[in-house]
Amino acid sequence: MKYIDEYRNPEHIERLCASIRKMAQKPYVFMEVCGGHTMNIQKFGIPSLLPSEIKLISGPGCPVCVTDTSYIDHMTALSQLDNTIICTYGDLMRVPGTYTTLEKEKAAGADIRVVLSSLDALKTATENPKKNVIFAAIGFETTAPGTAVAVLEAEKIHLSNFSILSAHKIMPPAMKAIVEDDVKINGYICPGHVSTISGSEMYEEICRDFGLGCVISGFEPLDILQSIYMLLLQLKHVDPKVEIQYKRAVKPWGNRKAKRIMNQVFVAEDGNWRGLGSIKKSVLKLRPQFYKYDAEQQFSVSFNTKEPDKGCICGEILKGKKSPSDCNLFAHKCNPENPVGACMVSNEGTCQAYFKYHQYGR
Amino acid sequence: MDDRIILGHGSGGKLMHQLITDLFFKYFNNEALKKSTDSAILEIPGMHLAFTTDSYIVDPLFFPGGNIGKLAICGTINDLAVSGAHPQFISVGFIIEEGYPLTKLEEIVQTMAFEAKKAGVQIVTGDTKVVNKGKADKVFINTSGIGIIKDEHKHIATGNKIAPGDLLFVNGTLGDHAMAVLTAREDLPLRTDIQSDCTCLHHLIENILDAGIHVKFMRDLTRGGLATVLDEIASGKNFGIEINEKDIPIKESVKALCEVLGFDALHLANEGKVLIVVDKTDETAIQEILHNDVLGKSYRMIGKITDNYKGEVVMNSIIGGKRLVKMLAGEQLPRIC
Repeated sequence: MKYIDEYRNPEHIERLCASIRKMAQKPYVFMEVCGGHTMNIQKFGIPSLLPSEIKLISGPGCPVCVTDTSYIDHMTALSQLDNTIICTYGDLMRVPGTYTTLEKEKAAGADIRVVLSSLDALKTATENPKKNVIFAAIGFETTAPGTAVAVLEAEKIHLSNFSILSAHKIMPPAMKAIVEDDVKINGYICPGHVSTISGSEMYEEICRDFGLGCVISGFEPLDILQSIYMLLLQLKHVDPKVEIQYKRAVKPWGNRKAKRIMNQVFVAEDGNWRGLGSIKKSVLKLRPQFYKYDAEQQFSVSFNTKEPDKGCICGEILKGKKSPSDCNLFAHKCNPENPVGACMVSNEGTCQAYFKYHQYGR
Repeated sequence: MDDRIILGHGSGGKLMHQLITDLFFKYFNNEALKKSTDSAILEIPGMHLAFTTDSYIVDPLFFPGGNIGKLAICGTINDLAVSGAHPQFISVGFIIEEGYPLTKLEEIVQTMAFEAKKAGVQIVTGDTKVVNKGKADKVFINTSGIGIIKDEHKHIATGNKIAPGDLLFVNGTLGDHAMAVLTAREDLPLRTDIQSDCTCLHHLIENILDAGIHVKFMRDLTRGGLATVLDEIASGKNFGIEINEKDIPIKESVKALCEVLGFDALHLANEGKVLIVVDKTDETAIQEILHNDVLGKSYRMIGKITDNYKGEVVMNSIIGGKRLVKMLAGEQLPRIC
């Protein structure tokens, strides 16, 4: 079992698609809320295999895309401080702030380094004791525990030159905000990695309050198609529930240790999501006892954030109300090398996925 | 802020194309340059010459399967060979950082001499500059090369004979070089047994041309990878390209690394792989040559030129879906999760 080819087996795919075609008797809209799902749906051309009754729309599942403009402005302002190294995940480099990006500031001389994990940032801090190392801590439940571990480790080894600027977010409040905003969907394809940490219980409230089926899906084509099939089965029996398709990775209770560490270090506060506005108790901030590792508390910088380009409809796209092709800027003024909105920046962004891979045959 | 060079300008993708068109072509405008071929095709009385230049920067300088010196010789020979030329002479320019160990430099130079001799080309002129410590990253090398093109092969560099029905071949697995270099970097905690595919391709290419195969176009699949080359071929044309994911040769280890890093193997750089577009009547003949050559034995026919999808490249995915294949936009960045 190599966990790649087996989940891309064309015969199994065709059998599952035939069952889906049989089940899809009327139009259904399903929303995936994970950038990894969005990317693979487009990369494998899944929409070209589905019957026209089934529409997949992409929700706010890309952590880079929902990172607010003011966060980028804050981060680029921090990058101008003397004696400072900024460590960031790669795909944050090109996200446009009001005036500039981390990539452009790097070209202009700021010390900005791409890391693969929070612990790489921590290592950079131990290796550069005379510099302040600030980690751009973004991501959902998937990366937040890693940041929490880095903070606890920094405390353990009495590291005084390491801090983070947290824009970590949690998924369920945004999923709730979307249906409360009257986005019409018939079910959620729930994020696989996020649920590996958080488990399935957190979706129960959405399922109960809005009567929406929630299926936690893996990332391979067979996973995604099976999740669609499971949602159709729920709709057929008028029995919305929370189900785990991605059983090889997700347990109902999630990863208890990761949740405990996350809770020890962070507290959920109201905060801005790009395109969605402020969402209650959705952004993870460091608890006061960890303020010495909070770049927001440690460094005073000023920056001016302006509203993004009027033509950009990232917000509507993140809510699933519009598709990239509805945007006047799409592929013309806004493209991966010169993104206007964040959905075009990240590998996992809906607009970049459409731009790179958009499907044929629909 | 927008008026600065960023790394993406050197990635071989769209940003670099913009820089070349908007800046270099604007000032260096002439007929030979504007053809944008891998080598400039120059007509002098009695013969056609191919002339090319390339600068080599790689980190680390030594990687599994080669070093910067091997890259510098093979890369320039390959640029000439894919233009249908027989490589003859090479120049070498070194920019060396103060303090670089002489023994290491000797190792690089030995490799270059060995590769040039094996390839049957002569290094006939050169240049050396040393810069202050910190002003360059160890060693940069520029090589230029000259080759001779037979009359019947002068169309190859331009690709102007490509037509629907033509078949697309690659001579082996994609992405080996990019992943060998990436995993040899100290800052990436991944170790693999992937070797760079860096090699000179001109003997293989000459075997194909000498056999009278009707080659319409060739391109070595360096920066930007297969996707970028295919996008360049189809862009603005009255034909499209259809490729099949199941036929694209990629090593399991490279595939796995792509999954981990969120990379697309079609965008990865190669240093010993060539895309060959041939007339469909030569399907069997070219397969026989590739099969019997050590540099072609893992060859695959990956797709064809088609009347459909005009100006675009469409891939039939492994699961039977269809999707677009496009040029790399900036640098590939590892993704967050």
